[in-house]
Amino acid sequence: MADRSAVVVTVDGRLVQAVVGEAAAGQGVTVGPATDEIHLLRPPDPDALTALHDAFVPEVVVLRVPAGVVVEGPVVVVQRHSGAGQAGFPHLVVDAGAASEVTVVDHWVSDDGPGYVNPVVEVHAGDGAHVDYVGVQELGPEVWQTGHVLVSPGRDATLRSWLVALGGDYARLYVAAEMAGQGGAAEIFGLYFGEDDQVHDFRSLQDHRASRSKSNLSLKGAVTDQAHGVYTGLIKVREGAKATDSFLANRNLVLGDGAHVDSVPNLEIVNENDIRSCGHASATGPVDEDHIFYLESRGVPTDVAERLIIFGFFDEIVSSVPLPGLRDPLRRAVRRKLDKAVARA
Amino acid sequence: MSELVISGLRAGVSGQEILQGIDLTVRSGEVHAVMGPNGSGKSTLSHVVMGRPGYEVSAGSVSLDGTELLGLPAWKRAHAGLFLAMQYPTEVPGVSLFETLEEAALAAGRDPAEVVARARVEAGRIGFDERFLTRPLNVDLSGGERKRNEALQLGVLEPKIAILDEIDSGLDVDALRAVSRRVEAATTETGLGVLAITHYTRLLLELRPDVVHVLSRGRIVRTGGPELADELEKTGYAPYADGAAEPAKAGADPFADPFADPLA
Repeated sequence: MADRSAVVVTVDGRLVQAVVGEAAAGQGVTVGPATDEIHLLRPPDPDALTALHDAFVPEVVVLRVPAGVVVEGPVVVVQRHSGAGQAGFPHLVVDAGAASEVTVVDHWVSDDGPGYVNPVVEVHAGDGAHVDYVGVQELGPEVWQTGHVLVSPGRDATLRSWLVALGGDYARLYVAAEMAGQGGAAEIFGLYFGEDDQVHDFRSLQDHRASRSKSNLSLKGAVTDQAHGVYTGLIKVREGAKATDSFLANRNLVLGDGAHVDSVPNLEIVNENDIRSCGHASATGPVDEDHIFYLESRGVPTDVAERLIIFGFFDEIVSSVPLPGLRDPLRRAVRRKLDKAVARA
Repeated sequence: MSELVISGLRAGVSGQEILQGIDLTVRSGEVHAVMGPNGSGKSTLSHVVMGRPGYEVSAGSVSLDGTELLGLPAWKRAHAGLFLAMQYPTEVPGVSLFETLEEAALAAGRDPAEVVARARVEAGRIGFDERFLTRPLNVDLSGGERKRNEALQLGVLEPKIAILDEIDSGLDVDALRAVSRRVEAATTETGLGVLAITHYTRLLLELRPDVVHVLSRGRIVRTGGPELADELEKTGYAPYADGAAEPAKAGADPFADPFADPLA
């Protein structure tokens, strides 16, 4: 990604590098530690782990995009966890002003060895803004994570996020969309692929507070070996959230006898009278036999057919990532896991 | 010259026998129509010959040019030269037509680089919209477009023998004509042998059969020339309906409890 507008590197939550390109700097884009208490958003269900984060967060790193600014090229953030017995509490805030446009790529990586990371990312799109956030989690296989991604589109703003979970030992992510801006829209695409004895635990909340707000969540995952996928999701439509349009879908492929998935989507609707559309869907199972047979009947060998179908299952999400340059590395990462899974099958 | 030989084929689902001894031979360039009422076993025949999972074969053999197909996975049957055009072509999300045909070519030892150009030629021949070529397989395609897509793949894969499972269902007159003409052309161009399974005679207006078989209750009860299709057009399947093809059981008790467990 040669055309990036800024590069931000944090290690164990501390800002170690922030380079804002000339063009973006000229537009007033800034990256730096917060100088005062900044919390645009709060995790919806405070618990011991969120308290732990608040107690130990070393500094809050803030990316600011002034109102009306259209940032050319993505802001690339790398959040490194130094592992080896460390606990980390990184905190990133993306504060995009009214009618601004920006794309942020946030890569979570770690050194080898065991560790615990408790990250929080807040993404706020001001009124009429358009923000894309792509978070890719590739932590080491001995790292535990309990993280939060909090997104909130303002009035008539559009906030899209892609959350890709590939690494970690036990990796939990709670994504919460606070739909407090009238006519605001949030799109959330999630992808996870668990192998060995990885646990990927996704939790989601689409909290509709304002009228005409629209949210859509699509989470797709696969598990092989002894891996375990967990999903619990909730759509909440509050009093006053008129003409809400909200959906969540979770689809999981179970690719090994020892692997399993628990999926529990929920709806909680307080304002029942004036909803445009609200619903959820969930499906978990092996690769569809009919799909395999169709490809086989054309002469595609069984194992190749399975690979094509699994790859295609994820590619619906990967191909929607707004940065074409990011799609191929993501495809390679998915393919790597797939190759290992097929080789062991 | 290729030859698909089905002999003494018995097969069913969950212990219930549906095909009760099928004998049928299809050679290159021939068009055989298998006709029969609903529930006669037409689709079972096509699935069992292609190797769809879920069926139990209890007896018989299916061979193509001497290769026994029963026991082989479907893709090996395809490599042997068999093709099945499905009644309900499956939507396969996220998988494209090109990659499917390329993988099929690669596995069969053919050049996958030819696939795209050949698919475009076939699309032109049967009037398949080029925009659909890059879509995931059959996703958001109408019934007629799906059947054109099946005919397109038949054209690219160049099988020796094709089974058409009710390819005339769910498509409009134009698509039916395009698909049947393409198959008819393949019988002379590449010597394709065809086993066309159908309920209606309208398919056979464009795709002229050499032999017509009537399937009833899992057996071929009549075989004849094209005139048999004309006869079916007039009489329907009533003469072959349940019970008519077999004499009534002698000695059945007219006062027997109709709800009694027949296995008791």
